[in-house]
Amino acid sequence: MSVLIFLDQSEGHIKKNSLEAASYGAKVAEMLNTTAEGIVLGTIKDELAGLGKYGLKKIHTVKNEVLNNFDDAVFTYIMAEAAKNIDAKVIIFSNNFNGRAIAPRLSVRLKAGLVSGALALPDLSNGFVVKKNVFSGKAFANVSIKSDIKIISLNANAYKITEGEGTAETVELNVDIPQAKVKVKEVNKVLGEVPLSEAEIVVSGGRGLKGPENWQIVTDLAKALGAATSCSRPVSDSDWRPHHEHVGQTGLTISPNLYIAIGISGAIQHLAGVNRSKTIVVINKDPEAPFFKAADYGIVGDAFEVVPKITEAIKKLNGAQH
Amino acid sequence: MKILVCISKTPDTTAKIAFTDNNTKFAESGVQFILNPYDETYSLVRAIELKEADPSIVLHLINVGGADSDPIIRKALALGGDEAFRVNSDSQDSFYIASQIAEVAKQNNYDLIFTGKETIDYNGSSIGGMIAELLGLPFISLATKFTLNATAATVNREIEGGEEVDEVTLPVVVSCQKGVAVQRIPNMRGIMGARTKPLKVIEPVNADTLTTVDSFELPPPKAGVKLVAADNPEELVRLLHEEAKVF
Repeated sequence: MSVLIFLDQSEGHIKKNSLEAASYGAKVAEMLNTTAEGIVLGTIKDELAGLGKYGLKKIHTVKNEVLNNFDDAVFTYIMAEAAKNIDAKVIIFSNNFNGRAIAPRLSVRLKAGLVSGALALPDLSNGFVVKKNVFSGKAFANVSIKSDIKIISLNANAYKITEGEGTAETVELNVDIPQAKVKVKEVNKVLGEVPLSEAEIVVSGGRGLKGPENWQIVTDLAKALGAATSCSRPVSDSDWRPHHEHVGQTGLTISPNLYIAIGISGAIQHLAGVNRSKTIVVINKDPEAPFFKAADYGIVGDAFEVVPKITEAIKKLNGAQH
Repeated sequence: MKILVCISKTPDTTAKIAFTDNNTKFAESGVQFILNPYDETYSLVRAIELKEADPSIVLHLINVGGADSDPIIRKALALGGDEAFRVNSDSQDSFYIASQIAEVAKQNNYDLIFTGKETIDYNGSSIGGMIAELLGLPFISLATKFTLNATAATVNREIEGGEEVDEVTLPVVVSCQKGVAVQRIPNMRGIMGARTKPLKVIEPVNADTLTTVDSFELPPPKAGVKLVAADNPEELVRLLHEEAKVF
């Protein structure tokens, strides 16, 4: 028996959310009195033995560069082979885009119950129960997995990366790679930015900023914090910001440690995308803005005056800490 | 060409969330139910557009639910679709639901199966992938654009910080989100027509339930916003650093 963790990679580097999944998986393995092993597909530039510090004993690799292109059916096939190979009873994914494409397929392939969007370690006191968000962040469900093999896809930022001692053994997995039926023709990524789904801090702008030419205060604050930027739906619909920045019910769902909303009123549809954030700060000149009811901290004031001063204060803090 | 659109009944976005029966059931009393927004606005509308472009396309809708889903199914038919199936069963888990849908799909040979990105009540985001695996079909998740080219499709799929453009030969399962289509309001003709479109109720097949919800919980109530004066933004930074410890 073992715990198998899928380590997602991009451009040869293991994604931050996968390191969270690895740390989580290592803890689950400890709770089950077994070992945690990782699997990574494609060409990896990271040094794999070092992944041992997250608690992984072994890393299975399939180095074929055709796997640098994600394909959910191909990856599911390989995951199933690996899982059978090491008698994996619990399989962990990050609940990111790729995880959400593989985990359901693998669930069927292995007849393994799946909890997607897990928030915490499983509760083993009465079966195997995993907590997840439901009702778009307005409640939690404690889901019991009944099957012999269990799959968990972990929400970003739900479990802290834990580093210890140890090196991992690397083993090349001998497996046929099926032909991908989906052809990836183009990949358009905005590189060099903090990916929104991984960001611990997000600075977000809404219609209150009046126009795309005013976004400097948002990006300056984000830069000072090392944060990602996001926006509300009207901003995205008006093409003030790229569509992948839209957070909300019909956009991306994020759960950073800190979400700073500037000039966003806080409609329910927007909240559905961000209410899982640990700390919410609202800056809005309208004291009646509904967002203040969902906020932990707030400033009622003119964003154009307040936000640059916040940025200055953060730069000062960063300076003082060095 | 045959298209199947999977639709789900969910509580309205603004519904108050409460639980009964010792926190094991969602409290339905007083709650307004709607068509899952991702299904209504994205997957269903796109399928209807494809049929409008090619009227020879047969468009079916499918729901797994009890009789209380029928009004929602009729609302969907009012937007479009030739006929609907309802598998007469309370929703069990995603695996169970996907198994029911796959069973119907097996008998009908669909070229294209659409789901929404997720349901706004369970947020599982699993049905599409499960149906694809049960049918041995390719699956494209989180589509932001879908174009049909005869017997193939070009689909934009969201990835971290951007998107990829995929091509796939039909049949395929696709889960849809914002970008795929734009919301429509059913017109009077659609609403009248929906009343006579076939809504076939079929019995479920035996299928496993791999997960169950033991209990629900509400989040602890928020303490209430701590307001900082607009002329003292440095205080906010101090609070975030020392109290919230977020940086």
